Amino acid sequence: MKALVSIKRVIDYNVKVRVKSDGTGVETANVKMSMNPFDEIAVEEAMRLKEAGVVTEVLVVSCGVAACQETLRTALAIGADRAILVESDVALQPLAVAKLLKAVCQKENPQLVILGKQAIDDDSNQTGQMLAALLNWPQATFASKVQVADGKAQVTREVDGGLETVSLKLPAIITTDLRLNEPRYVTLPNIMKAKKKPLENLKPDALGVDVAPRVSILRVVDPPKRKAGVKVPDAKALVEKLRNEAKVI
Amino acid sequence: MSAYTAPLKDMRFVLNELAGLGEIAKLPGYADATPDTVDAILEEAGKFATGVLDPLNRSGDQEGAVWNDGKVRTPAGFKEAYRLYCEGGWSALSLDPEWGGQGLPKLVSTPVTEMITSANMSFSLCPMLTQGAIEAMLLSGTEQLKKTFLPKMFDGSWTGTMNLTEPQAGSDLAMVRAKAVREGDRYRISGQKIFITFGEHDWTENIVHLVLARTPDAPEGVRGISLFIVPKFLVNVDGSLGERNNAKCASIEHKLGIHASPTAVMVFEDAIGYLVGEENRGLAYMFVMMNAARFAVGLEGVAIAERAFQRALAYAKDRVQGRDLVEGSKAVPIIRHPDVRRMLMLMKTQTEAMRALAYVVAAAIDGAIHHPDKAVRQRNQAFVDLMIPVVKGWSTETGIEIASLGVQVHGGMGFIEETGAAQHLRDARITTIYEGTTGIQANDLIGRKIAREGGATVKAWLQHLRQFDAELAKSNHTDIGQVRKALAAGVAGVAESVDYLLATFGKDVKAASTGAVTFLKLMGIVAGGWQMARAALIAETRIAEGGGDKLFYEAKIASARFFADQVLSQASGLCSAVLAGGAGALEIADEQFLAA
Repeated sequence: MKALVSIKRVIDYNVKVRVKSDGTGVETANVKMSMNPFDEIAVEEAMRLKEAGVVTEVLVVSCGVAACQETLRTALAIGADRAILVESDVALQPLAVAKLLKAVCQKENPQLVILGKQAIDDDSNQTGQMLAALLNWPQATFASKVQVADGKAQVTREVDGGLETVSLKLPAIITTDLRLNEPRYVTLPNIMKAKKKPLENLKPDALGVDVAPRVSILRVVDPPKRKAGVKVPDAKALVEKLRNEAKVI
Repeated sequence: MSAYTAPLKDMRFVLNELAGLGEIAKLPGYADATPDTVDAILEEAGKFATGVLDPLNRSGDQEGAVWNDGKVRTPAGFKEAYRLYCEGGWSALSLDPEWGGQGLPKLVSTPVTEMITSANMSFSLCPMLTQGAIEAMLLSGTEQLKKTFLPKMFDGSWTGTMNLTEPQAGSDLAMVRAKAVREGDRYRISGQKIFITFGEHDWTENIVHLVLARTPDAPEGVRGISLFIVPKFLVNVDGSLGERNNAKCASIEHKLGIHASPTAVMVFEDAIGYLVGEENRGLAYMFVMMNAARFAVGLEGVAIAERAFQRALAYAKDRVQGRDLVEGSKAVPIIRHPDVRRMLMLMKTQTEAMRALAYVVAAAIDGAIHHPDKAVRQRNQAFVDLMIPVVKGWSTETGIEIASLGVQVHGGMGFIEETGAAQHLRDARITTIYEGTTGIQANDLIGRKIAREGGATVKAWLQHLRQFDAELAKSNHTDIGQVRKALAAGVAGVAESVDYLLATFGKDVKAASTGAVTFLKLMGIVAGGWQMARAALIAETRIAEGGGDKLFYEAKIASARFFADQVLSQASGLCSAVLAGGAGALEIADEQFLAA
């Protein structure tokens, strides 16, 4: 069984993100970039399924600029078998990525597609769901446990009320939550091997996908600075303020 | 407490722009060291150092290694971290591919070792010693010995130690007394060894001791010392472990620092040993490895300085105390205070200078082994030989100063163990002592490396620096102009000192030797200043080209300027001190030292 894992190159989680002075976006020049942490969990899960003998091939796909190759190499160093870069200089939005992934899925026929539940840059949390809809495949988002057997995936999901377990018929889409696994440390021999693994380059045009943005970003601003709080003399005053000033109770 | 972050930007800059990774990757056998692979290696090594080793550094210091009835328990988590280290393949980074290593250049293993040492110096010592033992065996061991021991040592299943020191034989190995009596094709080893790093531990099933000892008919002194392999467990013909050898750990030391690293007293009683190479050549084999070991300890100076700097920087940004000297009204983080900035810049710039010099020497080590042209190999080797005592002596002495500044930046909290600043100072303190004290490095520098060859290599280096001055002269940048002036003064100081040492060494060796450490420091700051100046020039070019990381390059130029003004400026004073020779120190009687 083939598993396809989609990964995104994002600003490293340690970087303090700065808004560009002209308000068109955030500063990415000379900023450390890494694999989206949720996607790292997705790659790890695919690797574990492979090591358990469930999956036979792990294919990683990234959509974006040429530099995404580095991120794909990281996934190959974790252990993925091969990689596809769908190269585009257009700032890709979730719908465009979902369409590109759909085209790759139709070409590659994976039984399982694993994605991070969201990317830590735009926090959209949309691509996996859109891909499931476009392919008309079942989906299980926010997975904290995955078991695959007999053409089915049993997935435990982290939902607001607690945990929900669903059973999906393959092929299916799974998006990962934080507690699904703890990604491994990459080994030196695997870094060396990753260099020699195949990395295919595709273009959106060749896949017949129009990646033009559907949503336009008007302005990006820093969150407002928190104002200093006030001390209230007693609980009564607090309730008074919550009711009449903040109007939350 | 702040976590360790590998300084990848600076490391990459030094590798690519100063140490010439591109050129090294072209040498035969190093084709794998492409920029993207090296980037990936550094990235992942950094994650490992931060995620696995750094969190154990303080707990390891507090818990320490514990001896009980011949066995040593290392602090919690270390055994598991070592397992991950071996599984990650880090143990064989630069080792010979023929035996299962990755065969990467020294220049690539150097930043990886720096990261591991920064994150956890105690941990780093066991792999370092193992590597030393491996190199000794590769160099002089028989095929049989290599086949028996090397595969297990390459993958980290067994570790190695170096058993040199005895209670009466420290810096002076001529005094070694351990005995080796021939018994067929093997030997019986007896004696006591001290200060044996990781001489006993619970990480692996076997430990391979390399032991210096004398055969009964050996000549006196250093020419009568042989090198033996003495495994903790004997190895059967099929490779399985056999009988427990009579090589026991009698106790471990209570030390100022590196608490998680067990420093063993080893007792050998008729233990079975195997000769490495020929009898009476043991010290010669050790000397071949001396450069590698001294370089490694010099790198510890860089590593601990970086760690101390990062901790101090985080604290200085966080700690709010005192008002801004000009703006006044409210309390500010202490990094706003000029004196704190001075301390942080002393830490930052000296660490950068030491790193740059160490990596440039690492590249020369690769060039000395792998360059196809013999003349280039020899030139590289001469440069390496000259600079090893400088890297070792200067980086460790400065490493201690930087760790001490780290405590100072923390103020009172630096003296309290919970901030972690004090541990770096305690850990750093050993680095100027083991693998040859700074005094020994300095005597090696002025004697073997300079006087013995009439100063040929050092003069060639000075000539190179004078030619480099013409490059600096082309820049119109004010800061680089200042750097140029300070470097020229430093070069003049070294040149004058070298002339004095060459004239004095033969007729008044004690006068020359009194100033040896001072001269070593002078060499260090001038060699470091040379690298800072190169960095500044490259940064200026990159800024002019546009598109690069402007903030980083501007900081590089600022670093060079600060280093020139505050560190390189000491050169003339150091030179005067060297020229003063033994005046004051040598005339008075030993009784006159104490005025009691």
